[in-house]
Order: sequence, then C-alpha cells, then structure tokens
Amino acid sequence: MVRVDCSGTDCLVQVRNLDKKYYRGNEVIDVLRGLNLDVSAGEFVAFMGPSGSGKTTLLNLIGGLDTPTSGTVTVGGEEINDLSGRRLTSWRARHVGFIFQMYNLIPVLTAYQNVQLPLLLTGLSKAERDRHVHTALELVGLADRAKHYPGQLSGGEEQRVAIARAIVADPTLLLCDEPTGDLDRETGDEIIEILHRLSKEHEKTVLMVTHDPLAAEKADSQLHLEKGLLVEAERRGEIS
Amino acid sequence: MKYLHLILRNLTRKKLRAVLTIGSFMVALFLFGMLVTIDSSLSGGLDVASANRLVIRNKVSLIMPLPISYAERMRQMEGIEEVTHFVWFGGVYQDAKNFFANYTIEPETVRRVYPEYLIPDEQWDTFLEDRQAALVGKDLAKRFGWKVGDRVPLEGTIWQGVWEFNVRGIYDVSTKDLPTSDFWFHYDYLEEQRPFLKGTTGWYTVRVTDPSMSADVAGAIDERFANSPYETKTETERAFIAGFVNQMGNIRLLMISIGSVVFFTLLLVTGNTMAISVRERFGEIAVMKTVGFSDGSVLGLIIAESFTIAALGSVIGLGLAKLVTLGGDPTGGILQVFYLGFDDMALGFGLSLVVGIAAGLIPGLNAMRLRIVDALRRV
Ligand SMILES: Nc1ncnc2c1ncn2[C@@H]1O[C@H](COP(=O)(O)OP(=O)(O)O)[C@@H](O)[C@H]1O
Ligand SMILES: [Mg+2]
Repeated sequence: MVRVDCSGTDCLVQVRNLDKKYYRGNEVIDVLRGLNLDVSAGEFVAFMGPSGSGKTTLLNLIGGLDTPTSGTVTVGGEEINDLSGRRLTSWRARHVGFIFQMYNLIPVLTAYQNVQLPLLLTGLSKAERDRHVHTALELVGLADRAKHYPGQLSGGEEQRVAIARAIVADPTLLLCDEPTGDLDRETGDEIIEILHRLSKEHEKTVLMVTHDPLAAEKADSQLHLEKGLLVEAERRGEIS
Repeated sequence: MKYLHLILRNLTRKKLRAVLTIGSFMVALFLFGMLVTIDSSLSGGLDVASANRLVIRNKVSLIMPLPISYAERMRQMEGIEEVTHFVWFGGVYQDAKNFFANYTIEPETVRRVYPEYLIPDEQWDTFLEDRQAALVGKDLAKRFGWKVGDRVPLEGTIWQGVWEFNVRGIYDVSTKDLPTSDFWFHYDYLEEQRPFLKGTTGWYTVRVTDPSMSADVAGAIDERFANSPYETKTETERAFIAGFVNQMGNIRLLMISIGSVVFFTLLLVTGNTMAISVRERFGEIAVMKTVGFSDGSVLGLIIAESFTIAALGSVIGLGLAKLVTLGGDPTGGILQVFYLGFDDMALGFGLSLVVGIAAGLIPGLNAMRLRIVDALRRV
C-alpha cells in the first residue's frame, strides 16, 4: 500500500511519481519507480529496506541534494525541483537539516564551530549565533563539550554534535541517513531518543533511514522501500 | 571576518605541508628580491638619471670617439647650460677580476653638470693641482682600502702600459642611487700620454637649461653634426644608461627568465598542493554545501586559503631580502647600488598574490563543481 493519504494544509512533504534512474555505461539502474509519499508536519517517519533499495537516494531527493529523473518533490508548498542551484542551496540552508551515518563533522573545527557552520551563511550577529549554538548544543546535552574537537569526542557525542548542527538554523525538516548505523545499541538509543524528542517537543518533521527495527519502532510510522516503491509496514501513534 | 578561522584552520590542518608551501613562497620571493636588487644595481643610476641631462655619443657606436672640438660648438648652442665629457679608460687594477669603472673627467665642467657628486673642497683643490690625480668613490676606496695620498697603478687595456695615479680625493653622492665605486682622473693626463685617438673624447654629457626642451635640444645637436665624419646620437641620460646596460650580455633578460621560471614553478607547486589538500576534503566540502554554502563561497574559501599562503610566504621572503640588502653590497663594490626599493617589493608581493589566486583557482573550481551526492558516497 502506497502512502498517499495526507490531505490538508499540515502536509509538509509531498512526493509524486518520483522516478530516479542511474546510468552506468549503457546499464540503467531504475532505483525509484513512480514513488509517492506524504508526510505531515511534525511526523517522525522511519524508512527501512534492503541495502541498495534506494533509501539514501530518496532522502537526497527530498532534501534537494539530487534531482529526480521525473516526478516532483514539494516541501512546505514549494516545488523544490523547480529551484535553481543557488536558490536550492539557500532553501536547503533554511529548511533542511541533514544527519549522516558517519557524522561528517569538520575535523579541524571544534564542536562549537561545527554547529555554527550553517549560521555563518546567515546575517546573524556573533552574539545571536552564539546563543543559537548554545541552545542547539544544550538540546543534545553537549553544552560542556563546545570546545572539543571531533577527534576528542566519542561516536555518540559526534553524532549529537551533528544533530546540533542540523537543528541550529531551526529547519522544519530533519533528514537522517542511518544515524545510528555506526553506533552501539545504547548510544544509538540515545540518538533515537533525541530525534524523537525533536519531533514531539520541537515539532520537527523527521525522516530517518534505518536498518534497525528497534529504532524504527520509535517512529510514528515505518515505511519499506521495495522495488522502487514505498510500502507501509505499520503505523504507530495518531497522525492528524 | 567570520570565515577567517575556517580559512586558517584549513590552512594549518597539515602543519608540515603548510610550512613547506609557505616556505616555497618565502624562498621564491627572497630570490625575487635579490634578483631585482641586482638588476637595479646593474642598471645603476637608471632611476636617478636626470631628464635635464643629455648624453651625446658617436652615432655608429658607443666605443667610437667624438672630436673634442664639439664641446665648444655645443656650448654655443641655445638651451645648453654646460658641457662635459668622458673617455672610458678600461684600466685593470692588479687583476682583471678587480673590475671597476674608470674613466676621465673634465674638471672644469663636470661638477656643474653633476652637482650630485660631493667632494670636499680641499680634496678637489689638490686634485686640480696634480696631473696624475684620481678621485675615487667611497665604496671603491673601501673595497681596496685606498686612502688619500695612495699611489694606484692601472694597467691600460686600450692604451697599453702601466698608468700611475695618486688618490687625491674620495667622493660621495647626495642621492642614494648613484654609484660610489667609480674611478675618475684628468682628461688632460690621458690626452698627453696616449699615442692615438688624440683630439677626441668618448662621450659628452650636457646640462640643458629647460628639461621640457630636452627633445628639441637633442634634435638640434644631432642635426648640427649630421653629414660630418663624426655624426652624433643624442639621448637622455636614462636611455643612455639603459643602452649601456644592454651591452652587458643581456643580463636583464637572463634574470627575467630566471624570475619567470621561479614563479611558474611556484604556481605548479602551490597548485598541486592545493589540489591534493582540496581533494582530501571533498567529503567536508560536500557537507558544507549540504548545510548551505554556495558554490561561489566554496570557491572563495579555497582561493582565500592559497591567497593567505602566498601573502604569508612572500611577506617573509621579501622581508628577509630587505634585511640582506640593508646589510650592504655583499660583493664589496661590484654591485654599485644595492638597494631593494618599495616598488619592487610591492611588485613581488603582487605577483605572488596572483600566483596564490591562480593556484587556488583550479582546485576551487573542482570543489565548486563537486556534486554533493557523489562526494558523500565516497566518504
Ligand atoms: N551515482 C550513482 N551512480 C550509479 N548508481 C548509483 C549512484 N548512486 C546510487 N546508485 C545505485 O542506486 C542504488 C540505490 O542506492 P542507495 O540509494 O544508496 O541505496 P540504499 O541507501 O538504500 O542502500 C544502488 O544500487 C546504488 O548502487
Ligand atoms: Mg544508504
């Protein structure tokens, strides 16, 4: 069953007939085939599926990092495939936070400076940036680690810095690609807990790819990517 | 500047690499500083050559003589204040390695044409009284330890035999850029003793009354002596010296070639270093683009980085070169003017910034074109 059931104004993400093909030589890899998806604002959705099924591809398309072969992605009423390179970049800065499996922090910058990175692009004053960075670090429980470099942090702490970086500019949408894939169970649970809290207490819309069924359990809904389409596995909680 | 820490952190992420790259700018700009110093030394006086002086030489060649009678004929021309003349002697002191310029002067007139030369009056008076007297520049005197009263023999190369001289005075200059390592003696002494070329001189220098009329005066002089057995070529002192320098086997071209090769090598070295350093960071650059850095700002940051390398290295290199020149001429007199000017330092600094920007350009464009999704897959 394809999940296209969100109607009304609080539907944040709308994906319609999304096709993504990769061309390797004369071989065509048909990753996404007419995929549809609706996500309400504030919802926490988990995507599962075998390796190579196109989960990363889907997140990249929703986040405007990649362009579809055909179909549309609409976020907050804006059809992002229509945006030019520059405008897409600034749209991404304002609306999307990314969290990766490998944290992808800049090793030569402190936790504070890593979190501050997206704010450099805004017109915020030093004092305002400072306030935002501290709020974000506090939200992930790392206010006391601001001056540490990524190499001085554990994997779980690095991922929390990455989350702080993703939320510092206060985006509506958080895209997480296997955020616990490189962490042990306990640390991973802490990360999922933070994401859950961001969704429930701070009204962030969280789209998370995961291999871990226990992590997916925490989400409002779980979707499976199979043969280029989404299949609904289970729905938890009430979505309006 | 809120990006400064980012640029500096990127720059110093590999300490040794940063030191080596900045070091290559340093070495290159030090070399540049030395080359321009030597170059301006060889073209000695080019910068001070006065526009109110004209040099008249034989039209055929500098080494061909002119009749001594031209002095009076020019003195009567309009626009000419004073006339003096020189003969290149080409004498050797003890060994050909001890090269210095030695030529005759005409004492009556030389000081009115060249007021920049400073000679104490009592030394000048004793110079006038002694037929074998010589005046030496203060650096030349220092080089050979000569004092007033010393007897100096020069071996003639044009006019054979040993010519004896008495050092009667040591001159200085009122402007830093004039040579103080030449050897002057009486025209009359040469004229009496030389067996051939009597009644001639080497070249004339005239002082014009109005510098703005220099071109007209020069034209009038050459016209005056046209169609005579000794036709003249009159040029400004600046052009004359430049021509003289060109005779030195085009050393300048050689130095420009060396300088160009150095800068080109610097471009390759820095460009390559930047390319490696940027490629190592593709993943991070993709992340920066993900969080909203535009392609342009990514390019800008990378260029700013190589620009900083260039600025740091060249400031140190030029500073060292300046320090060395402040220590004075290391050859003890061969390089007459050993001075690194601010203009030349600014030129070197500017050139290295151009190299810095160019070196960051290609890696920067690659980073700019980098597709986020491809780069993140590689991480
Ligand atoms: N740039 C690319 N060129 C060619 N094939 C690609 C490219 N990116 C992804 N693919 C292929 O698309 C498929 C889906 O990849 P991906 O979205 O990363 O899957 P998942 O994240 O679910 O493991 C894989 O078969 C992968 O090899
Ligand atoms: Mg993936």
